[in-house]
Amino acid sequence: MNYGPFSKENRWLLPEGVEEVLPPDAARVERLRRALLDAFDGWGYELVMPPTIEFLESLLTGAGHDLDLQTFKLTDQLSGRMMGVRADMTPQAARIDAHKLRRESPTRLCYIGTVLQSRPEGPATSRNPIQIGCELFGHAGVEADIEVVSLMLETLRVAGIGTCHLDLGHVGIFRGLAADAGLNADAENRLWDALQRKAVTEIDEILGALEISAVQRRMLRSLAELSGGVEVLDEANRVLAEAPETVQEAMRALWSIATSLERRQPEVALHFDLGELRGYAYHTGAVFAAFVPGHGEEVARGGRYDQIGRVFGRPRPATGFSADLKTLMVLGETGAAAAPTQGVIQAPWGDDAGLLNAVRALRDAGERVVWLMPGQSSVAGADRELIQQQGQWRVEPL
Amino acid sequence: MSEAAANGESHGLTIALSKGRILEQTLPLLAAAGIEPAEPPESSRKLVVPTNLAGVRLVIVRASDVPTYVEHGGADLGVAGKDVLMEHGGQGLYEPLDLNIARCRLMVAGEPGADRRPGQLRVATKFVNITRRYYAEQGRQVELIKLYGSMELAPLVGMADLIVDLVDTGNTLRANGLEPLETIAWISSRLVVNKASMKMKHRAIRPLLERLREAVGDEAAAAQA
Repeated sequence: MNYGPFSKENRWLLPEGVEEVLPPDAARVERLRRALLDAFDGWGYELVMPPTIEFLESLLTGAGHDLDLQTFKLTDQLSGRMMGVRADMTPQAARIDAHKLRRESPTRLCYIGTVLQSRPEGPATSRNPIQIGCELFGHAGVEADIEVVSLMLETLRVAGIGTCHLDLGHVGIFRGLAADAGLNADAENRLWDALQRKAVTEIDEILGALEISAVQRRMLRSLAELSGGVEVLDEANRVLAEAPETVQEAMRALWSIATSLERRQPEVALHFDLGELRGYAYHTGAVFAAFVPGHGEEVARGGRYDQIGRVFGRPRPATGFSADLKTLMVLGETGAAAAPTQGVIQAPWGDDAGLLNAVRALRDAGERVVWLMPGQSSVAGADRELIQQQGQWRVEPL
Repeated sequence: MSEAAANGESHGLTIALSKGRILEQTLPLLAAAGIEPAEPPESSRKLVVPTNLAGVRLVIVRASDVPTYVEHGGADLGVAGKDVLMEHGGQGLYEPLDLNIARCRLMVAGEPGADRRPGQLRVATKFVNITRRYYAEQGRQVELIKLYGSMELAPLVGMADLIVDLVDTGNTLRANGLEPLETIAWISSRLVVNKASMKMKHRAIRPLLERLREAVGDEAAAAQA
């Protein structure tokens, strides 16, 4: 073992947290990509292809500090401005909707592409996920949230992920309570941090030091423990009965989303977490994530973010979800990514017109035909071969 | 991808504990919540210890590894000192219950007045992340020296001006001519829960949390009486 600095020569390592996809997984990822884009198309989501790199302001608008840290940055030699490699495509879709398309009606967009993250999001996660997602702009009602959650669940179904748990929350509840209690930015931020960890002791310490009413303190504290099955919503109605109207509105939204999902997706286990505030900086309404048993992180997630369009010139209600295509491929074994049963036909190298025509006809019919290179006796995976019998080229089993 | 998250039994619960004071004080709480190890983990050499409940097992790991095991899903729950959690950092875990055990303080210590010396202070500690944050928040520039143990020695041999360490009675400090100077945080052990487990196994975890909370309450009442 060499105790000096790591050698940079000829090790051909990839940077930490950066992965590549090899055969046969790459083909599986690609099959899944096609199947998902077809599914999104069937729901009326139009594909957009935003650039990998753009000016930093556009990428970070309204998205908060986390995305800033996660974005690789470089200087544009042409303009002298800072550019970022996208770490999340959602702000790009929001910019396209608000600034480029400028439609009045609801707009449905989907996208797929590699994003780069300067720091991995969770333990053992990739820094170059292939982000696939859908965004629905222009409708502020719960119907948009329900459609997007349904499409997220459909995405998992197409990927072949059977059982999943859906986690639902609403950032409007904490935001409403914090505003009602008149928390300053610092207190709100510390409370948010402690709530994300459900660290009840710290929450008590923070709330104890604030000059707010006992009711406000009790309601803010309750968020750490309002998580569980559907019974949580009943409990929340009781505990948060004295909360301001914005909070009541958020609870009603959550209730109707849950009721509708139970009718549409009775097989999905619903979990509610009123203290779940991931993406608090930009989310404004219902937030959701899908979990799969045996996988320690969410496999897909999303939520409402009504404010981002404003900076691009037009406030637009927005909700959407995204997932990492590679994670979906790994977790969904029987889904669209699964390899077709089609085999391989090997063909001897030659210029014979009959042979060339036979190969072309087979390929047109969807068969996979591989030329044997001179000196090669068989093609890996071949189950049939093209052979000449009485002047005719025929496919025979190997 | 985190295959590590697959913890074998998707319906059972795995609890990560570390040997020593935390284990000693956690076992009575677990017993009160109805969980008893099938054999004494302190003396066992097994790393995975079954319990009286079929779906519940204990895994014995190093104290500073507990947050890592729970965050990666190698365990659903764990018991970790607040010091370890603060050093681990981030929002990757839930810490819903203060078990009120293994209590002590995380402190700055040194020779009397050492923290008021002019110039850049040298601070020896194994809690480098906490120490960096603590001084950065105060806008004080310090030089950190990472040590793995016997922090008290560093000021004695002139290697550091201050140390940041856990202080229980303060006897070790005094025996070495040092004194506690500033309290960074009060420390006790927390029950930590994997975020995905909390959501997917809440039917098992919530009642366990409740029973543990009661057990902690009973302990506190007994201590007062």
